[in-house]
Amino acid sequence: MDIDSKLSDQLRGIPRSGIRDFFELVIGRTDVISLGVGEPDKPTPWPIREAAIRSLEKGQTSYTSNLGLESLRIGISKYVEEHFRTHYDPKKEIIVTVGVSEALDIAFRAVLNPGDEVVFHQPCYVSYGPSITMAYGVPVPINTRLEDEFALLASDVEKAITPKTKVLVLNFPTNPTGAIEPVEELEKIAALCVKHDLLCFTDEIYSELLFDNRKHKSIVEFPGMRERTVLLHGFSKAFAMTGWRLGYACAPQPLIEAMMKIHQYTMLCAPIMSQIAAVEALKQGAEAYEPMRQSYEERRNFVVKRLNEMGLNCFNPGGAFYVFPEVTTATGLSGKDFALGLLQDQSVAVVPGGAFGPSGETCVRCCYATAPELLVQAMDSMEVFVKKHQK
Amino acid sequence: MERLLQLLRENARLSTRDMASRLGCTESEIIDQMAQLEKDGVILGYHAMVNAEKTEARGVTAFIEVKITPESGGGFDRTAKRIAQYDQVRSCYLMSGGYDLAVVVEGKDLYDVARFVAEKLSTLDVVLSTATHFQLRTYKHDGFILNSDQEEDRLLVSP
Repeated sequence: MDIDSKLSDQLRGIPRSGIRDFFELVIGRTDVISLGVGEPDKPTPWPIREAAIRSLEKGQTSYTSNLGLESLRIGISKYVEEHFRTHYDPKKEIIVTVGVSEALDIAFRAVLNPGDEVVFHQPCYVSYGPSITMAYGVPVPINTRLEDEFALLASDVEKAITPKTKVLVLNFPTNPTGAIEPVEELEKIAALCVKHDLLCFTDEIYSELLFDNRKHKSIVEFPGMRERTVLLHGFSKAFAMTGWRLGYACAPQPLIEAMMKIHQYTMLCAPIMSQIAAVEALKQGAEAYEPMRQSYEERRNFVVKRLNEMGLNCFNPGGAFYVFPEVTTATGLSGKDFALGLLQDQSVAVVPGGAFGPSGETCVRCCYATAPELLVQAMDSMEVFVKKHQK
Repeated sequence: MERLLQLLRENARLSTRDMASRLGCTESEIIDQMAQLEKDGVILGYHAMVNAEKTEARGVTAFIEVKITPESGGGFDRTAKRIAQYDQVRSCYLMSGGYDLAVVVEGKDLYDVARFVAEKLSTLDVVLSTATHFQLRTYKHDGFILNSDQEEDRLLVSP
C-alpha cells in the first residue's frame, strides 16, 4: 500500500521539526556535551518525587475528574493569583492538561474556524505554527529581531492584524531566545487586543525563571484582558518536571468548557501521579525553584560573557535558560552550518536557530541548564571553533 | 560573599575568572574577597571530597558519644579542646541531648579505634562514659550523594 498517499493533505503540508533532524545526528553519541536540550539539568526536587511515590504506594492509580484533581485546581488558583494577580475559579475556570502543549492544542481547536488567523512571534517554540495548522488556522508569524533583543513590538503586531485575526499568542520569557517583553510594549499590545477584539493565549511556562531581580508581568493583568486571555502554564520548567507532562489553562468558563470537550474525548484526564506530584510542587513553591533559578542566572552570566568574549553577538537574555547568539557575522556560517560544524569538530551540540523560525537562521540556541563544569568545557570548545572560522 | 562561599563549597576548583563571570563581578573582586575570607578564618582550606569506599587505603570511621563531667570554670571547653587535639579525631562537637560530645574518629581498623577509645579517651578523668558506633556505609557526605544509582537519561536534543 502507498501509505504516503493515504496521509492527510493538511499533515503533509507540515514540515518535520528541524530539531528532530538534528536529534538524529546526535543520537547514540556518548562523547557530546549537549547544550541542545529544552529542559532543566536537575531531576525533579525530591519532595515532589516522594509525593508521587507515596501516592503509588497508596494505590492512587485511577482516573481523575476531566478538569483535574480539585485539590490541584485549588492549588493552581492560589498560585496563579499570587503570581499573576488574577483570580480564576478552581471549579469552572481551570483545566489540568498533559503539558502546556496539550493546553495550547485544545485552545486552538476550541476557537479556530478554517481560515482564522493566529498571530505569534518568531523565533518561537517549535509547536506553535504546526498546532495552528493542525487546528485549521492560518499561522501568521511576526519576526522579532536581535536589535530589539527579540522583544515583540506593538507596531509589528498592529501590522500583522487583519479582519481575519482571531488569536495572538505570546511566550515571554521566550524559548529559544530567553527574550522578555518590556512592560510598555506589553501594555500597547494589550490595548491592540482589546481594540481588535482578539483572544490572547499567553504561554507563561518560563515566567518563574526571570533574572536581575525582575518581576514578571503577564498580559492578563492589563485592563480588558482577563476576559479574552487563556493563561497557559505548567510545571515542566520551574519545577524541573518535563517528563511528568503536566500543564494547565486558566480562562473564562466558556473557553474552559469548550477546551474541556476536546480534552475529555482525547485525553480524558492528565495522569493522576503527575497531578499528585504537582500538588506537592505548588506546596513547595519558590522553595523548590528558587535555588535552580539562581543557579541559571549565574550560568547565564558566565555563558553570555564567554560568548561575547569569543566574538559572537549575544544579548543578555532576561529569563528562561537559553542564550541565542548570532553566529553568521563572526564566522560566515549559517546557524545550521555552525551547529553541524561544532558538533563534528568539537562534539558540542547546540540547536540551529532556524529550527525556531526563519528569523533565527543566523543564530543558534544554547541551553545553559547544564553542569557548570561542562559549560566551561563547552565554551572553551566553542571558542576554538569560532576562532577557526573567524572572518 | 554568601553566594561566593556557596559556589566554593560546591566546587572550589572553579577558576576565579569563571566565578567572576557567574557572579557578575570582576576577577580581582573575587580574588580580594577570597583573600579576605581566608584571612578572617571563614575559609579554612580547600579539600578534595573523596569517596573512601573506592580507595585502597580505606580505614574505619567511628562516631563516639562521650559523656563528661563539666569542669568548674571551663565547662566542657577544656575537655573538648583536649580531645580535638588528637590526630585520630576528625571532628568534635558539643551536643545537646543525651550525651555531651560527639567525636568522629578515623583509624586503620577496628582495633586501632578501639585502642584509641580505651587508652586515650576513656582514661581522661572527666570522661564518664563512651559509646562507639562504627560507620558501615556512606550514602551522603557533606551534601554529596555517593554511589548514586541515578541515570542520566536526558535526551541530547529536545525542543
